[in-house]
Amino acid sequence: MPLLTVNNLSTAFHTRNGVVRAVNGVSFDVERGETLGIVGESGSGKSVTCHSLMGLLPTPPARVESGSAMFDSVNLLSCGRRQIEEIRGRRISMIFQDPMTSLNPYLSIGEQLMEPLFIHEKIDRASAGKRALAMLGEVGISDPDQRLKMYPHQFSGGMRQRVMIAMALITRPDLLIADEPTTALDVTVQAQILDLIRKMQGELGMAVILVSHDLGIVCSVCDRVMVMYGGQLMESATTAEIFHQPKHPYTRALQRSIPALQPKGGELHTIPGAPPDLHHLPPGCPFAPRCGQAVDYCAREPVGLRETAANHSTACLRVQRENIAV
Amino acid sequence: MTIVPDKIEPAPGAANPSEAGVSFWSDARRRLFKNKLAVFGMIVVSLLAVLCFAEPLLCPRVVGFTYEQQDLALGPMPPSAQHWLGTDILGRDLLARLLYGGKISLLVAFCATLVSLTIGVLYGAISGFVGGKLDMVLMRVVDILYSLPFVIFVILLMVFYGQKIILLFVAIGAVSWLTMARIVRGQVMSLKQREFVEAAHALGLSRRRIILRHIIPNLLGPIIVFTTLTIPDVILLESFLSFLGLGVQPPHSSWGVLIKEGAEVMEEYPWLLLYPGLIMALTLFSFNFLGDGLRDALDVRGSKD
Repeated sequence: MPLLTVNNLSTAFHTRNGVVRAVNGVSFDVERGETLGIVGESGSGKSVTCHSLMGLLPTPPARVESGSAMFDSVNLLSCGRRQIEEIRGRRISMIFQDPMTSLNPYLSIGEQLMEPLFIHEKIDRASAGKRALAMLGEVGISDPDQRLKMYPHQFSGGMRQRVMIAMALITRPDLLIADEPTTALDVTVQAQILDLIRKMQGELGMAVILVSHDLGIVCSVCDRVMVMYGGQLMESATTAEIFHQPKHPYTRALQRSIPALQPKGGELHTIPGAPPDLHHLPPGCPFAPRCGQAVDYCAREPVGLRETAANHSTACLRVQRENIAV
Repeated sequence: MTIVPDKIEPAPGAANPSEAGVSFWSDARRRLFKNKLAVFGMIVVSLLAVLCFAEPLLCPRVVGFTYEQQDLALGPMPPSAQHWLGTDILGRDLLARLLYGGKISLLVAFCATLVSLTIGVLYGAISGFVGGKLDMVLMRVVDILYSLPFVIFVILLMVFYGQKIILLFVAIGAVSWLTMARIVRGQVMSLKQREFVEAAHALGLSRRRIILRHIIPNLLGPIIVFTTLTIPDVILLESFLSFLGLGVQPPHSSWGVLIKEGAEVMEEYPWLLLYPGLIMALTLFSFNFLGDGLRDALDVRGSKD
């Protein structure tokens, strides 16, 4: 049985200018110990999906319209606040994009590290302090005993992200949701943070959902990748499949847009057009207006993931019906 | 008035390891004591408080007169060896009256501070944090209290419950938290959008804990500044009420009352205005210095190190 089963999740924001359908009927599983990548461009619904699972969206304006997310027989989307507070930070942890603003500037690093232990395990200060110290060493911060007493402003961005990871993992959760954990960091630090996440995953045996807009990062870290566009899943497959045999025209276009994979000196490839307006989503495939392979029924008929090869699902109607080739 | 500017300052503690081994409060205390003006303010405020509250002991023995001891034959006299700060129109010793009046004024200040710190901060924080309908209701209550004509409110209180000094505190307490609640609410509404609050939610903290441990400490700056502004306000408010005959009544006095009485006769007997005015100014300055120092000391990113 998978650790987390998300079924038909839809989240919308009810704003003054109408309803923004950020996530539309997303379904996926996360197995114990696996790393699932979610890629997509800005506004594709990656973050909203994760925030919906954690119950972190401000309601109103956000509302989970439908779906379920079963985590160990608890539906994260419909359980009460008490129950989700029990799970958050203890069994499912989350790290955020910007480590510069994710730590409270008025509390020392040690206080913030111990906080999840105080609320979830109700242990005393001395043992919490020991665990915090050990954890800080684990995530590769030198002089952890000195660092515990410092404040976030005395840390660099990469170190703060390490602290965030330490905070998220100190309770040994079953699932870590990493919402673009490296976007705000520079490239050398990015690699270190990804290595750290991988290392901690190996030690703790937890599952990871890694959200990113960088296909390269996702492919280098994840076992399985899901591609999102316009609030829907476009393709879902093992990393090798996505990388070597992408089926969906959007995934292929994304891959062609990675400069490093293209011959040097050529013109950089881009996807023409702009992401769909989530106020008025077309009835059919959200990518149809920008898709080179689109035919008349693409814009009309609703799309959904369907397995087209072993461990490889795609939402492209043409792949499903005609098996168009690359 | 931003409390948490988004700029990241170079880490002073990183270069100075000796700073790393201290807790938040001892760190703050050390910074406070380094600030000379703040220390001056603290000394003056505590000295005045001690002197004023020791007035029943001090006046008969050291000053030689009590605040209500009249000497009509003497009348208003300028400062002399016997009456250090002179006497008022009824021949009462000004120093004794100042000490006695200070007690009322400082109590008013204390009461207003306490009320605006507890009720105002919690009320505003809950309203801003929860938002939605609750925020709407709570803020309309504040609006209604704001729009009550204050003087009529006090007169009603006095009419129903008789003229007691305690009512003065009730009246001042009732209005002193309103602005604080509004300020705190606004700050909380912007703070709750910050990522560290979201991160706290993601760690499974309860809302109560998020408000008390993550939101309110980040509000210390504006809270302290506003409190130091409230203190002079309420001291003056008390004198205004006393002027209308709704506050402290003779032979009792307060600094506000003394200033008012002194202002009436300032051309003939200037010391009656000068000394209460000086004492009041000194107190208010000291409170402000202390408040500024506290704000800087409690800011962990204190750039003054």
